[in-house]
Amino acid sequence: MIIPNSKVLLEVSNLFANIDGVEILKGVNLTVRAGEVHAVMGPNGSGKSTFSKILAGHPAYRVTGGRVLFEGRDLLALPPEERTRAGVFLAFQYPVEIPGVSNSAFLRLAYNTLQAQRGRDELDPLEFDDFVREKIKIVDMDPAFLDRSVNEGFSGGEKKRNEILQMAILEPKLAILDETDSGLDIDALRVVANGVNRLITPDNAVVLVTHYQRLLNYITPDYVHVMEGGQIIKTGGKELALELETRGYDWVRDEFESAAGMTA
Amino acid sequence: MSSTLQAVINQPYKHGFVTEIDADVLPKGLNEDVIRLISKKKNEPEWLLEFRLQAYRHWLTMTEPTWPNVRYPKIDFQDISYYSAPKPKKKLASLDEVDPELLRTFEKLGVPLHEQKALAGVAVDVVFDSVSVATTYKAKLAEVGIIFCSFSEAVQNHPELVKKYLGSVVPSGDNFYAALNSAVFTDGSFVYIPKGTRCPMELSTYFRINTQESGQFERTLIIAEEGSYVSYLEGCTAPRFDTNQLHAAVVELVALDNAEIKYSTVQNWYAGDEHGVGGIYNFVTKRGLCRGVNSKISWTQVETGSAITWKYPSCILLGDNSSGEFYSVALTNHKQQADTGTKMVHIGKNTRSRIVSKGISAGQSNNSYRGLVKIGPKAQGARNYSQCDSMLIGAHSGAHTFPYIQVQNNTAKVEHEASTSKIGEEQLFYFASRGIGAEEAVSMIINGFCKDVFTQLPMEFAVEATKLLGLKLEGSIG
Repeated sequence: MIIPNSKVLLEVSNLFANIDGVEILKGVNLTVRAGEVHAVMGPNGSGKSTFSKILAGHPAYRVTGGRVLFEGRDLLALPPEERTRAGVFLAFQYPVEIPGVSNSAFLRLAYNTLQAQRGRDELDPLEFDDFVREKIKIVDMDPAFLDRSVNEGFSGGEKKRNEILQMAILEPKLAILDETDSGLDIDALRVVANGVNRLITPDNAVVLVTHYQRLLNYITPDYVHVMEGGQIIKTGGKELALELETRGYDWVRDEFESAAGMTA
Repeated sequence: MSSTLQAVINQPYKHGFVTEIDADVLPKGLNEDVIRLISKKKNEPEWLLEFRLQAYRHWLTMTEPTWPNVRYPKIDFQDISYYSAPKPKKKLASLDEVDPELLRTFEKLGVPLHEQKALAGVAVDVVFDSVSVATTYKAKLAEVGIIFCSFSEAVQNHPELVKKYLGSVVPSGDNFYAALNSAVFTDGSFVYIPKGTRCPMELSTYFRINTQESGQFERTLIIAEEGSYVSYLEGCTAPRFDTNQLHAAVVELVALDNAEIKYSTVQNWYAGDEHGVGGIYNFVTKRGLCRGVNSKISWTQVETGSAITWKYPSCILLGDNSSGEFYSVALTNHKQQADTGTKMVHIGKNTRSRIVSKGISAGQSNNSYRGLVKIGPKAQGARNYSQCDSMLIGAHSGAHTFPYIQVQNNTAKVEHEASTSKIGEEQLFYFASRGIGAEEAVSMIINGFCKDVFTQLPMEFAVEATKLLGLKLEGSIG
């Protein structure tokens, strides 16, 4: 929801980044305020997944220009774990499997690390078990997944539920969901989307990175941005997503290029 | 490998200090006179000197094994001192007379020698260079008939037991390093559990090499009589020197009918620095003989130290229905090399063995599992299960598996599983994006990987082992 004059959480200005010398982001600008849901859409290779990884601090990418402020702090100066502790959360497109590490132990360590950071009480394994069994209801997940190794042998849908479960446990101020809808059947998509909707509050914000409009049938964005060639080239309301669904991305690019040509 | 991964593996060695103490050190070199001198210093009976000399003469005809997957310059066996003992102020009657410098050394290593300060429920024999300096709870154990003492004392007080079992599992000419050990061994631990006795506490030996020029050649002999049980643990550390010290030990276990021996090792010898300078050469022969029916021997090892590890704790399953187990975590970092595994030799009927090996390689290290499962022609219904998992940290380490399976009985069932995994940047980034730093992430992954082995360790030591692996890997993530 758009709340007039709500707090600015994320401010990205003129962000440039590359991987192995190949420029992927070429001047991204984006402002996200508390309470808002943003969708970043765009064709494959437009740089939208890179953008989400850079916000989370993936070590393979190099930022070459611009800045990112999170609640006024220089986000890029923080190592990835500090960004999470500051309240930024990335739900992965392809969550990694971690054999031998039980999901519940992993979730508890993540939770307790954040609790300690926030000066709140940590939970012992029994207390955490009660806590997490409440939280898994949000994503309608079988408690058996808590005892399994993190993401190991999980189906695509189970992995995505597990990502949203982590979001529910860590309660981030800014959640970036990278292609959370990919590989989900319609039932799983609904469950995951409902989970996200339940976690949205006036104090936090969500950035949905997605290729398709269908996720936006379940999570209504306040803003839709089109990313192309490493830049955000158009911003609109939720109706823009529907237009993209019917007309594709080409017209946006043409419009942007002719506008750029006019100013040149 | 990112710099985070680097940072987690490179933790300094905590036990690298040297104790300043007057020592009685033999000049370097090895010949029959040196062996006679060692035997004389230890006031040994004639038969034991003969055992040594025979081993020495055999050793002279042998050559160093070259089949392990490790590389090191040729060892000059004449450049080693074969005996180094802290000079006693006088003959010791009790612990109160142990050199305070030694007491402080072991206190610093976390092995307090005073019984009131010792770990509850653990009796310790402490070996410093070539000699045993103290054994705790000896009297209390003697009340139930258990003999737990230094090897030298056993030779003096229980020569019939030593004579009967010494070399009965690892013959003096078994292999190059076992032969060398049989010729020059200086001390070690001796355990005898009488019939039907369940040892009421953990027994343990702590080995410390202190002298730069000396090797450590100790001998451990554990005998479990019918229906008895004992759990034994050894730990080892050494100072940080820029030269290599040789550690060539022999451990023999004998389990009679219905007896069980559980032998655990947490090995943390100095591993050399990050450039591979210094560190212990750990060339050890460990073997258990399940002589009686239904007997059981279980080896658990956590190998984190040494420049080079060459070690295959094995079980000879002679008694019908006997069983052998081998649980191992071997971690190598920097330029460490490990070639370790086990041998399970099935001779009796319905013998069972289980091998769980976890190798972790970081830095530029090389980690090999080598294991033999042999089913003899009379081993009807023998069973073996082997699982060998390797984990690579970073892009410059190596992991190898060399399983040897020989089956001569068609009723046997042998299973072997192997896997290789890797701690990579993507996993660490996943942890980081949940607020978990690289060190904790690696420790969590490693502990998960080693869980099946750690659960086999006595509880206090499982905690120690977990911490130790964390320390060893500190600085390697990045």
